[in-house]
Amino acid sequence: MTEMVEPLTASVTVAGVNARLRRRYAVDRWFRALGVSAIVAALTFLILLLGTIIGQGYTAFAQSQIRLAITFDAAILDPDGRGDPAVLGTADYGRLIRQSLETLFPDATERAQRRELSRLMSPGADLELRGMLLADPSLMGRTEEIWLPTSSPVDQLVKGHTGRTAEEGGQFTDGELRRIDRLRSDGRLAARFNKWLFTQGDSRQPELAGLAGAVVGSFYSLLVTVLLSFPLGVAAAVYLEEFARQSRWTDIVEVNINNLAAVPSIVFGLLGLEIFLNVLGLPRSAPLVGGLALTLVSLPTIIIAARVALKAVPPWVREAALALGASRLQMVTHHVLPLAMPGILTGTIIGMARAVGETAPLLMIGMVAFVVNVPATPVDPATALPVQIYLWAASPERGFVERTSAAIIVLLCFLAVMNAAAIYLRKRYERRWG
Amino acid sequence: MSNSDGEPVASAKIKVVARDVNVFYSDKHALKAVNLDVRANEVTALIGPSGCGKSTFLRCLNRMNDLIDGARVTGTIAIDQQDIYLKDLDVVQLRARVGMVFQKPNPFPKSIFDNVAYGPRIHGLAGTGAELEEIVVTSLKRAGLFEEVKDRLNEAGTGLSGGQQQRLCIARAIAVSPEVILMDEPCSALDPIATAKVEELIDELRQNYTIIVVTHSMQQAARVSQRTAFFHLGELVEVGDTEQIFTNPNHKLTQGYITGRFG
Ligand SMILES: Nc1ncnc2c1ncn2[C@@H]1O[C@H](COP(=O)(O)OP(=O)(O)OP(=O)(O)O)[C@@H](O)[C@H]1O
Ligand SMILES: [Mg+2]
Repeated sequence: MTEMVEPLTASVTVAGVNARLRRRYAVDRWFRALGVSAIVAALTFLILLLGTIIGQGYTAFAQSQIRLAITFDAAILDPDGRGDPAVLGTADYGRLIRQSLETLFPDATERAQRRELSRLMSPGADLELRGMLLADPSLMGRTEEIWLPTSSPVDQLVKGHTGRTAEEGGQFTDGELRRIDRLRSDGRLAARFNKWLFTQGDSRQPELAGLAGAVVGSFYSLLVTVLLSFPLGVAAAVYLEEFARQSRWTDIVEVNINNLAAVPSIVFGLLGLEIFLNVLGLPRSAPLVGGLALTLVSLPTIIIAARVALKAVPPWVREAALALGASRLQMVTHHVLPLAMPGILTGTIIGMARAVGETAPLLMIGMVAFVVNVPATPVDPATALPVQIYLWAASPERGFVERTSAAIIVLLCFLAVMNAAAIYLRKRYERRWG
Repeated sequence: MSNSDGEPVASAKIKVVARDVNVFYSDKHALKAVNLDVRANEVTALIGPSGCGKSTFLRCLNRMNDLIDGARVTGTIAIDQQDIYLKDLDVVQLRARVGMVFQKPNPFPKSIFDNVAYGPRIHGLAGTGAELEEIVVTSLKRAGLFEEVKDRLNEAGTGLSGGQQQRLCIARAIAVSPEVILMDEPCSALDPIATAKVEELIDELRQNYTIIVVTHSMQQAARVSQRTAFFHLGELVEVGDTEQIFTNPNHKLTQGYITGRFG
C-alpha cells in the first residue's frame, strides 16, 4: 500500500512507515502478552485457592463411624413402659452404647479400660440414638446394627491426620490402638458419608458440628434480601430512569446511591443494629434482621445495575411504545423492563453474591451467636455461612480446621448455584426474541 | 413570511390546523410561527433542508415533544377543531388518534402478531381473541404485508427485512385505527423496491387516513403527496398543491431547494 500512495510530505518515507508499522505490531504483541499473563496469573491463584480449600476440606465430608449392635432395651429407657416422650427424651442412651461396646470387648473389665471404650465414641452418639427412637418408637425392644460417630481423635486417626505414636500427635494407649485395629479389620470402623455436617447445627464437638443451621440461616437471610432488594431496587431504578425528570434533585440522589455502594458493609451493620434492633425491637440474631441489613448492603448495587440495564434499552423502543398510545407505565412494564431484565437479573445476582459472603453486618446484629438448633423460621436465632466459617476458623481443634474448609466449599457451591440460576434466567429472557 | 396559503380550500375538509406554532428546545427557537392547514384524506409532504424543523413540527402533532426535557411548544394545534394542547387532554387518546411511523423501522422485539396486536390490546379495541386476530390480519393486509408473513406470524418482527419491518410498523400504527398518520422519512432506510412498495401503500392509505410525510426526496414528495409544505430555518416558507410547488413555486427559496441549488 505504501508503494501505491504518494507520500503526503517529504518526511513520510517508505522506511519510516515500515518502522512505525513494526513498532505498532510490537506494542500489539506486548499488550496481548500482558493480557494473557494476567489471565494466567488469575487462574493460577484461583486454582491454588480452590486446591488448598478442597484439599483441606474434602475429608470433612466423611466421618469415622463405628457400627454397633444396639439393643433398645425397654428396661433401661422406659422402666414404666408408658412410652412417655418426656421419659424417652431424658433416658440414658449412653448406657446402650456402653453395653454394646462391652459385649464387643468382654476383656475390658477394669474401670480405666471401660473409660477407654467410651472415649472411642463421640459424646453426642447417644443423641443420635435418642433421635432415632423418638422418630420411630417401634424400635423399642429391637436390636439394630447402627453406625455411630466416633470421637474426634479416632476420626483424625482413621483419616490419617494424626499418627499412632505420641510423637506423631496420637493420644492413644496400646490397648486403644489394638481395639481400633480390631474394629477396622472387622469392618466395624470406617469413614463414611458425614450426614451430620448437613443435618446438625453448631456444636462444641467437631464431629457433631454441622452446617445445617448456617445454611438455613443464610437461606432465610438471602430470601429476605431478595424479596426486599429486588423489587425496591428495580422500582427505584425505574423511577429514576423512566419517570423522574433530570434535575438537581435526581443528580443528588444519583451521587448518593453511588456513595452508598462504596460504604463499608459494617456501617450498614451498625445502622441495622440501631434501627432494626434498638428502635424497631426486632429479635436479635434472627435471619430476618440479617436479611434487612443485607438489603441495605445490596440495594445500591442492584439500583446501579438496574439503571445501567435500563439505560442500555434503545430509546426507539420507548418512542415506539409511546407513539402507539402506551402510558409510561405500560411502556416500562411491556417493553423496557423485559428488555432490561437480563441485565437487572445479573446485577441482582451480583448483589446477592455480595450479600451471601457478607460477614461484618451480621456480626453487628448478633448472628454470630453459638446456635445449636437449626432455625425453623426467619425469626429464630441463627448464624450464616460466612459467620460459621469465621467461628470455626477461630477453633483450634483439627476437626474444626477441616470443617472450616468444608464450610467454605459449601459457601462456594451456594455461589455457584446462584450464578447458574442467573445464567439460566438470563438465557431464558434472551431467548424470547433474541 | 408565514403562510402563503392563499388559494381557496373551502371544498376540502381541514383535518389539522396549526396556528402560530413555536417550538423551543431550551433556548433554541426550532420552529417559528408556523401556520399550516392539513386537509383530510390527502398526503401532505413536508420538505426542506436538514435541521429546518420538519421532524419537530411532526412531533408536535402527537405531542412526542412532551418527552424531550426542555422542549416548549406555544400556539395552537387543533385536530377536528379540538385543541390538542389543552391541559386536561389525554395524551394517550391523542396518540391513538395520531399514529406515527419513524425513520428507522422499529418493530418491538416481539412476534409479528404481537407487534400489530399491541396497540389494539392496550386500547381495548378487541373484545375477543378472534376479533384481535381479525384486526391484526386486516392491518397487515392494508399494509401490504400479509401475504409475505401469513405463515410466520409468531416469528420475531425483528427478523424481517428492512422494507418488511417498515410495513410492519405501518400495520402496527393503523391497527389502532388512527385518523392521522405521521411518517418521518419512512423510506430513508429502504432500497428502491421497498420504497416503491411503501409509496404505493401511502397512496392507498390516503382513502382512509390523513397522512403527513416528511421526506428528503423531491421525487417521493412529487409521487405521493397532494400538498407540499416547504420549511426553511424553522419557518414555513410556502405551502400549496404539490404540482404548483414543483412547477411554479411562489418563493425563490423553494425554487432554489427543489432545483437542488441548496439543501
Ligand atoms: N431534542 C432536541 N434538543 C435540542 N435541539 C433539538 C432537538 N431536536 C431537534 N433540535 C434542533 O431543532 C432543529 C430542528 O430539528 P428537526 O429534527 O426538526 O430537523 P429536521 O428538519 O427534521 O431535520 P432532518 O431533515 O435532518 O431530520 C435543529 O436545529 C435541531 O438541532
Ligand atoms: Mg428529521
